[in-house]
Amino acid sequence: MPSQLVEKYYRTESLPHIWCPGCGNGIVTRAIVKAIDNIGLNQNDVCIVSGIGCSSRASGYLDFNTIHTTHGRALAFATGIKFANPKLHVIVITGDGDCAAIGGNHLIHAARRNIDITTIVFNNNIYGMTGGQYSPTTPTGDKGTTAPYGNIDANFDLCDLAKAAGATYVSRATVYGTNMIIKQVEEGIKNRGFSFIETLTTCPTYYGRKNKKGDAVEMMMNLRDITINKAAYEKLSEEKREGKIIIGELYRGKRPEYTNEYNKIMESF
Amino acid sequence: MMKQELRLSGSGGQGLILAGIILAEAALYDGKNVVQSQSYGPEARGGASKAEVIISDKIINYPKVDKCDILLSLTQKACEKYINSLRPGGVLILDESVTEKPNREDIKIFSIPILDTAVNQLGKPMVANIVALGSIYELTKVVSKESLEKAVLSRVPRGTEELNKRALSEGFKLIENHKDSVYGEVC
Amino acid sequence: MPEKTVKLMQGNEACVEGAIAAGMMFYAGYPITPSTEIAELSAAKLPRIGGKFIQMEDEIASISAIIGASLTGKKSMTATSGPGFSLKQEGIGYAIISEVPCVIVNVQRGGPSTGLPTSPAQGDIMQARWGTHGEHSIITLYPSTVREIYDTTIRAFNLAEKYRTPVILLMDEVIGHMREKIEIPEENQMEIYNRKKPASNPEDYVPYKVKEDNIVPEMANFGEGYRFHVTGLIHSETGFPTNNNKIAAELITRLVNKIEDNADDIVEYEEYKLEDANEIIITYGATARSAKSAIDLLREEGRKIGMFRPITIWPVAQKQIENLAKIVNRVSVIEMNLGQYFLEIDRIAGKYTKVDKYGRVDGELITPEEIISFIKGRRG
Repeated sequence: MPSQLVEKYYRTESLPHIWCPGCGNGIVTRAIVKAIDNIGLNQNDVCIVSGIGCSSRASGYLDFNTIHTTHGRALAFATGIKFANPKLHVIVITGDGDCAAIGGNHLIHAARRNIDITTIVFNNNIYGMTGGQYSPTTPTGDKGTTAPYGNIDANFDLCDLAKAAGATYVSRATVYGTNMIIKQVEEGIKNRGFSFIETLTTCPTYYGRKNKKGDAVEMMMNLRDITINKAAYEKLSEEKREGKIIIGELYRGKRPEYTNEYNKIMESF
Repeated sequence: MMKQELRLSGSGGQGLILAGIILAEAALYDGKNVVQSQSYGPEARGGASKAEVIISDKIINYPKVDKCDILLSLTQKACEKYINSLRPGGVLILDESVTEKPNREDIKIFSIPILDTAVNQLGKPMVANIVALGSIYELTKVVSKESLEKAVLSRVPRGTEELNKRALSEGFKLIENHKDSVYGEVC
Repeated sequence: MPEKTVKLMQGNEACVEGAIAAGMMFYAGYPITPSTEIAELSAAKLPRIGGKFIQMEDEIASISAIIGASLTGKKSMTATSGPGFSLKQEGIGYAIISEVPCVIVNVQRGGPSTGLPTSPAQGDIMQARWGTHGEHSIITLYPSTVREIYDTTIRAFNLAEKYRTPVILLMDEVIGHMREKIEIPEENQMEIYNRKKPASNPEDYVPYKVKEDNIVPEMANFGEGYRFHVTGLIHSETGFPTNNNKIAAELITRLVNKIEDNADDIVEYEEYKLEDANEIIITYGATARSAKSAIDLLREEGRKIGMFRPITIWPVAQKQIENLAKIVNRVSVIEMNLGQYFLEIDRIAGKYTKVDKYGRVDGELITPEEIISFIKGRRG
């Protein structure tokens, strides 16, 4: 018997999903749905836009207005949807490769416009769907099928990137702490502007296996151990900060929202 | 008049494309068929610029000007580049600053201080194109005076109507008042 | 003639006026010569009529945005030129498989790559047809005068809505930038087609099911209670992805046939002095204007020559060209490339008559004189 949440918001006919055992994508997807339910949005007023990759299959499983777009372009499609119909709550589901590599340009410009879109990145540090190639968030030195001797690229801090580009809500959570994701997605949706939520998720099949990170449970534990709240982080000594990833709400800003600004122009005639 | 082909040449920023548009619009007001086209390089200012206008009683198919009946050249470079495209019997209008006059006896050449009038009489170099239109009208009557005035006023920026009217009439005067001093044959 | 409806108008401007007359309410674009005036005018006009204009970060973002906007029910357009058209192929393929109506304008310039940015060319005839990957069909229109740009832009929107497909409107630098007289038709003279919305309740809506007697599935808008899924993957009638080979074949075949089987409705053309012609020119866009001038002069010398000008480039006017090929001695394809449409014409007409070609790729419009000397100079 599916839970009430699944019954109401999932297209059960499109299940089972394609994700591997131990993948964290299902956790994030459920957290998004839970946040929508908590706020009490009407399903008809929500549009879920995704790109290409493991994470982006989520849109097909959810019972909203949904669109699974081309690789990297979710935010560009979402911009068209939101701008054309500002009444819709537009939520983008994207992966680290989709959002930060092929879609990096769209990310920074959507943030720059501060258009009212909530973006949730499922960051598993690898290209999963194509079989384990290193992504812009694969830590330097880690391995992928296209980095057999270790990744020499520097990895992006996506939250710093989103903040610098102009997002007005920026946060990070992990699949170890579901409640934090739910809370952040709620805040992101409520923020009238561009919200960026990075969720660190597990890919035991590729990232874990390639980098000897253990099984899904061990990867979860690792997420618990390497992440720390902003306040706690600030109290740590310099040495102890090494290797820690800050989670929680990282930034809130106030800037004009794109569709509002356009409305002002329209109303000026 | 069955068909008249004009080429307005100079450098980018001299407003020749706008001049072409105004001339074309004036011809339209006169009830003619008209095509206006242009060619330009990558430069927004400087470089070579030309606008072309075809005015005809008949339908105009091929939209480009090859041989023209009237050629305006505001720069030496433009004059040299396009002089051979002027048909025998055609009218060449040169700015006074074009010092090396073309060596052609089969055309009528008029050298007039278009740029200087704009700068010194009107105090605005950007109205040189309208001065040129006034002179083109006075020399060729290729469009009617009423239509030209109407077209100028409909295309220039709001607030500059009076200035442009003056520019147009200075253009008329350059031909009316200086018939004796123009270079070459006077029509 | 009332003054307000007779105007001097640029080709690119006529495209925007036509789009607005057709009901365009959304434009996303990226600046590129020689199409930029289309973006500039859309930016000026759309907010005044409740429409949306956005300058996106790149060409791919622009086509992605118009597809998104179209899904909310807004008639949408983007315009570009060669290099941008290459980038838009990704989105064109998406709009084809997801059956989202939109209009993509390509004001052609010299290529490949940055090529000759301010000069005309007609080098994207085959890219319009085959630019996006995978098996597909496409509607491509190509007007030749400023008035026809206006009318054809309206038609591009109508066909996009009717067949739920992206429609490519090809132009070239010459017709995009030239200004000529245009008489704007009265509103009631224009036929405007709007997409068919679902007749059923949301519960019974099967988003990609074609009902009997319909050409395409009925299209709901995002946000109106019909919660459906859109994907670029092969999908069943439900809209959900599938790997089923039979469904894949059926979908692709349906997408191709909805256009190919309706060629009679889609194909539009002009016949110029064909009544007694024993030789014909086939050309399009700006080059057709040169051809008309050439034909008028050649006819003064007694040659029985005429022109067939496709306004619909794709699907090709197969039947009409075949019928002409059977009765004329020669077909000459004249275009600002080195023989792209020639390939298609030769395929159709080559078995009935001689087909030859004349092309130019230096960034100048082919002149009537060139056409005349080509026609006179041919041998064999």
